[in-house]
Amino acid sequence: MPDRRMIAAVFAGGAVGTLLRAGLSVAFPFPASHWPWPTFVVNVVGAFLLGYFTTRLQERLPLSSYRRPALGTGLCGGLTTFSTMQVEIVRMLEGHYFALALGYAAASLLAGYGAIQVATALVRRVRVGV
Amino acid sequence: MNPGVWAGVVVLGGVGAVLRFLVDGAVSARLGRSFPYGTLIVNLSGALVLGLLAGLAPGREEALLAGTATVGSYTTFSTWMFETQRLGEDRQVRYLVANLAVSLVAGVATAALGQWIGAQL
Repeated sequence: MPDRRMIAAVFAGGAVGTLLRAGLSVAFPFPASHWPWPTFVVNVVGAFLLGYFTTRLQERLPLSSYRRPALGTGLCGGLTTFSTMQVEIVRMLEGHYFALALGYAAASLLAGYGAIQVATALVRRVRVGV
Repeated sequence: MNPGVWAGVVVLGGVGAVLRFLVDGAVSARLGRSFPYGTLIVNLSGALVLGLLAGLAPGREEALLAGTATVGSYTTFSTWMFETQRLGEDRQVRYLVANLAVSLVAGVATAALGQWIGAQL
């Protein structure tokens, strides 16, 4: 069983990330016939941040018991979402927006993967001790 | 949307993240970390539940609290992408492709199944 401080760190980060994502989704509601920008943006930005934080915490900074749970698992996990993306794709398919569904899925994977790649490379380019 | 609803979003978002942390840890402890089963189980179970909620056609506030906040925070896109990219760095190409394809295909299927179940209730 993980300790309470770790759970509290995940909770706090998750609360902040979720508030940002939910706020965007309420401010910019999108119909199934349109590109879901709020989900797309939080997912790609969250992937970039997770790649940056996790690589830095694993390879650059001294071990910390609560930074990764707070920033990675909590903040980035709460900011990004898999389930909403899947339900959005189901709705696009139901509405027969097949090209949109395919484009959205492909663009999310490419941009998400690319964001992790770029963030990781950025952290590794900075020399240790600088 | 009144402040009480946003307070609920904050608390339930925290709860969703903690649930993900615990389920991921429990699954990884049983199945190992050579393949990211933990995130896969979390994301597929979350897609099923969010689909179910969508099928129930709740009001705006209920959808925000139960769906967007709780289940949205429980599932994760960033960790899915992170683990996939690290599989790529380790030259685990089969696992990389499997992690993308299984998550996406099974994710859409479970969300659609959940929505169908929700519509029957």
